[in-house]
Amino acid sequence: MTVITHRTQTTQTTHSVSRHVPNPVHATLLAGSVPLFLGAMLSDIAYFKTYEIQWSNFSAWLIAGGLVFCGLALLFALANLIGARHKQGRPLIYFALLLATWVLGFFNALEHAKDAWAAMPQGLVLSVIVTLLACAASWIGLSNLRSGGEA
Amino acid sequence: MKHSSALTTLAMAALLSGCGGEEQNAAQHYGPDPKLPEPERGLLPSMKIAEPTPWGDQLPTVPDGFSVTAIATDLKIPRQTLVLPNGDILVAEGRGGNAPKLKPKDVIADVIKARGTTSVESGDRVTLLRDADGDGEYELQTVFAEDLNAPYGLAFHDGNLYVANQDALVRFDYQGGQTEASGPPTQVAELPSEINHHWTKALTISPDGQYLYVGIGSNSNITERGMEAEIDRAMVWQINADTGAYKPYATGLRNPTALAIQPGSGQLWAVVNERDELGEDLVPDYLTSVKEGGFYGWPYAYWGQNVDDRVRPQDPDKVAASITPDYALGSHVAALGLDFSSDVMGERFAEGVFIGEHGSWNRKEPVGYKVIFVPFQNGRPAGQPIDFVTGFRTDDGKTRGRPVGVTVDPRGALIVADDLANVVWRVTREQ
Repeated sequence: MTVITHRTQTTQTTHSVSRHVPNPVHATLLAGSVPLFLGAMLSDIAYFKTYEIQWSNFSAWLIAGGLVFCGLALLFALANLIGARHKQGRPLIYFALLLATWVLGFFNALEHAKDAWAAMPQGLVLSVIVTLLACAASWIGLSNLRSGGEA
Repeated sequence: MKHSSALTTLAMAALLSGCGGEEQNAAQHYGPDPKLPEPERGLLPSMKIAEPTPWGDQLPTVPDGFSVTAIATDLKIPRQTLVLPNGDILVAEGRGGNAPKLKPKDVIADVIKARGTTSVESGDRVTLLRDADGDGEYELQTVFAEDLNAPYGLAFHDGNLYVANQDALVRFDYQGGQTEASGPPTQVAELPSEINHHWTKALTISPDGQYLYVGIGSNSNITERGMEAEIDRAMVWQINADTGAYKPYATGLRNPTALAIQPGSGQLWAVVNERDELGEDLVPDYLTSVKEGGFYGWPYAYWGQNVDDRVRPQDPDKVAASITPDYALGSHVAALGLDFSSDVMGERFAEGVFIGEHGSWNRKEPVGYKVIFVPFQNGRPAGQPIDFVTGFRTDDGKTRGRPVGVTVDPRGALIVADDLANVVWRVTREQ
C-alpha cells in the first residue's frame, strides 16, 4: 500500500515539475501582447463613438506594438512546437492561435493605415477578434506548453 | 501628321478594345464630365515611385516648332517661376512642411515617397536668371533673396515683388534691373502654417495689384489629422496688398497648388490636387475657375456632390453646396503649375493654359510627369489636352525630372521648373 501511495506521489510530483510554462521572456512577450491589442480595441471603440482622430492614431501604434510582442512570442511558440515530442495537441493549438492572432493583427494594422474613417468599421471588428485570439493564446500558452502527460 | 497618327492609335485602340486601355480611356479622364469609378482601396494603397535617373544628354520632348534648353542647373529644388518686366526670371526654391508622423503608416510612406524626390537641401531662396543679350542663354544665375522659408508662389505688380513663404506672404521693393534684393522683405500677412501637410502657398495677383490670392492646401489627405487641423486650410485667401487684411475667397479646394488670373476677364483660375486612396482613377485633379464664396467639396465631397465616406462627422449641407469643377485633368497627375498662354506661343497654343504635372505616386501605371496644354474657346476650356513637354520618364520606367511651375515668357517661351533634376527648362518657340 505504502509503495503504491509513494508511487502516486512520485508521479504527481513528476507531473507537476513537467508542467511546461514559458520562460520569463516568452511569458512577458505573450502576456504583453494582450493589453496592447486590448488597448487598440478600446481606442477603436473610442474613435468609433467620438470621431476623435487621436484615438485612431493610438490604436494604430498599439497594434504595431502588439505585433512586435506577438511576433516574438510566435518565435518561442514555434521553437516549442519543434521541440515537442508530439507535434499536436497543446503545442500545436498554442502556435496556431498565436499565428492567427499575428496574421489577423497584421491585416488590422493595414486596415488602420487607411485614412480617417476608411478604417471603420472593419478595423474595430478585427480589433475585437484579435484581442479575443490573443487572450485565448495567452490562456493556453501560460497554463501549459505541452500536452497532458507529455514530459 | 500628328493628328493622323493620333487617329490611327485611337482607331486601333477601338479595334483592340481591352488591350488599348490607356489611349482609349484617356477621353474619360479629361474634361468637364469625367467618368468616375466607384471608390476602391485594397489593403495596401497602390504605390509606384519612379526611380530618379539623370537627364544626361537627353532633353525633354517638345512639339514641332519649339526647342528646349536648360537655362539653369544645380538649383536647390526649383518650384515656381516669374518673368519680370525686363525679361529676368525669378525662381523660388525650397521644400517645406513640418507635419509630424502620426501613424506607423506615415513613417513607412515617407521613406517610400522620398525615393521619388530630390535629396538636395531646401534652397529657401529666390534665384534670378538673366539673358541680357536675348540669345536664349541665361548667362547670369544669381541669388536674388535668401533666408526665406520654403518660398513657392511669386507675383509682381508695379515695383512690388511678392513671395509666398510657407508661413507668410512677404513683399520686396523691386527696381528694374535689380539682381539682388535691396533688403529683407516686409511681411504683408501671416499665412496658416501649423503642421503644413500641404505646405505650398500658391500666389497670384489681381490685374490692378490690389489683391493677392493665396492657395492654402489642406492639412491632410482626408481629415486624418483631425478636423481642428483644417481650420483656415483647403482654401484660397484674398489678401489686401496694402493692409494685409484677408478673407477666404473660396473654400473646399483640397490643395490649390497654382493660381492664375485669366487675361481679359480678370477671372481667378486654379489647379487643385484632389484626394488619394480612393483608387487608380479617383479623384481627378482639376482646373477650375474659382468663384468668390464658392465651396468646392473638400473634405465632404469630391467632383461635385460625390460623398467621401471617410469623413466623420459628415455634412450633407456642405455636400449639397459643392460646386463641380470646370475641367478634370485625370487622377493623381499632381498638377502643380498653371499659366495662361498668349499669342507669343503660336497659333496652336495661343488660347489656353499650360499645366505642369508633377506625376503620380498613388497609381500602378504612373500618370502626369509632363506639361500639358488645355485649349480654351470663348474663355472656357474646350477639347482634349495636348502634351506640350514630355520625356520626363524613361522607357524603362525611371524618372529624369518632375515638372512644377510653368510660366509663359512674353518673349515667346514657356519656363518650366523641374524639382527632381533641379533644372529650369525653357521651351522656346522658333520664330
